[in-house]
Amino acid sequence: MDYGNLVVSSSPHIRSEDTVQRIMMDVIIALLPATAASIYFFGFRAMAIVVVSILAAVATEAVIQKIRKKPVTISDGSAVITGLLLALTISPAMPLWMTAVGAVVAIGIGKQVYGGLGSNPFNPALVGRAFLVVTFPVHMTTWINPMDGVSSATPLNLLKMQGIKTGYMPLLLGNVGGSLGETSALLLLIGGIYLLYRGIIDWRIPVSYLGTVAVLTLVLGSDPVFHLLAGGLMLGAFFMATDMVTTPVTKSGRLVFGIGAGLLVVIIRLYGGYPEGVLFSILLMNTFTPIIDRYTRPRIYGEVKTK
Amino acid sequence: MKSTSYEFFKGLWKENPTFRLLLGMCPTLAVTNAAINGFAMGLATTFVLLGSNIMIAALKKLIPDKVRIPSYIIIIATFVTIADLGLAAYFPDIYKVLGLFIPLIVVNCIILGRAEAFASRNSVGASLLDALGMGAGFTWALTLLGIIREILGMGSVFGIKLFGESFISWIIFILPPGAFLTLGLLLGLFNALSKKKAEAN
Repeated sequence: MDYGNLVVSSSPHIRSEDTVQRIMMDVIIALLPATAASIYFFGFRAMAIVVVSILAAVATEAVIQKIRKKPVTISDGSAVITGLLLALTISPAMPLWMTAVGAVVAIGIGKQVYGGLGSNPFNPALVGRAFLVVTFPVHMTTWINPMDGVSSATPLNLLKMQGIKTGYMPLLLGNVGGSLGETSALLLLIGGIYLLYRGIIDWRIPVSYLGTVAVLTLVLGSDPVFHLLAGGLMLGAFFMATDMVTTPVTKSGRLVFGIGAGLLVVIIRLYGGYPEGVLFSILLMNTFTPIIDRYTRPRIYGEVKTK
Repeated sequence: MKSTSYEFFKGLWKENPTFRLLLGMCPTLAVTNAAINGFAMGLATTFVLLGSNIMIAALKKLIPDKVRIPSYIIIIATFVTIADLGLAAYFPDIYKVLGLFIPLIVVNCIILGRAEAFASRNSVGASLLDALGMGAGFTWALTLLGIIREILGMGSVFGIKLFGESFISWIIFILPPGAFLTLGLLLGLFNALSKKKAEAN
């Protein structure tokens, strides 16, 4: 039978333009300003860390997929982002081989062990960072000052250990001690707004996350602006807590996720042993993602509430 | 009826308590931060397993079915106490490291599991071989875990330094997360090996 131009196919008939590559490309574009700033502030070392981290992440993905005889999907860009995000959480003083170890762990244990993209319960870049923090604690907490290359503490460290508060302007622009991506809050914010504009991330997680931190630090008598700008909060809120795989899919669930992560950050920063709590706040909330999704499932349209 | 040698060799690989049955995970994770600790724990458990398996197999007709579990526990606890006091007297260094985990052998699932699943329905001879095989399987598994974690976490094997002064310890491997990581990766490896073996047959 001839249908002429009529195409007969099964649903879905309308497809979104989104592909994994397009989304990953947008995330990379959004991270470029902050990455460029870190290279500007820390110079060649920062660039070497970014390159090594990305290469190690991509190579690990390819090797594991080859061994498991799965299609090699390094061209989708997800391993590149994991490598880049990991690099941004690392101190510029970190030895390069340790950076590579972190990237191998991030992809190997954080992602491929569970079956690859879409199956991992935890954000792979944060798994890599958590591994490095526990494995090489001295190297992970040796910071250098971007202005003179002398080792120095991060603003959060200064506040916690010596009670010295860094001004808002250095925190915004980024010429403070810290990991590559912890420096410029402003450029991370611009990247985050770009992702919001492109519709890649939902406003609910960053807004509820940052909002919780602001309100809670204010109530507890700390400086909310300082806590928003310092440390890895901007990077975490826009680029890690919004990971599609490891965070809730429901709208109300995303609010719950953001508020929970915000609570954890403030508790760890103000009362915990570590000066910074973004890493563990997101990883801990990742574990709650399935249960949050389960209890925030929206009612089916037309469904009658049962008693 | 399976051959006599099977009762011994099954514990080493096919029914390895750690990698195949996933029993006794608590000591497996807790004491394997160094090769010697894993080895000592394995031997202590083997001793208790041997004693309890033989005793239970010999007494199986006398133990009433309704109170068999308490009876097994009393027999196991007897041998654990012997191991505990023996280690304290002759190997005080290792006893200090293993500490609480020696008395905790009482609740090790491998021992009660073998008593219930094997010794209570088999002869003394078969139970002896079963205990030796299971104990050896548990011991090599714990020693392997200990070796991997000690090399990465401290740069040594059985206390002998392998690398120069410049070695940087991977501290995570002597901490609890390292135990889970190493065990998880080894389990994956052994599953893959067993699968390959099954496919080859």
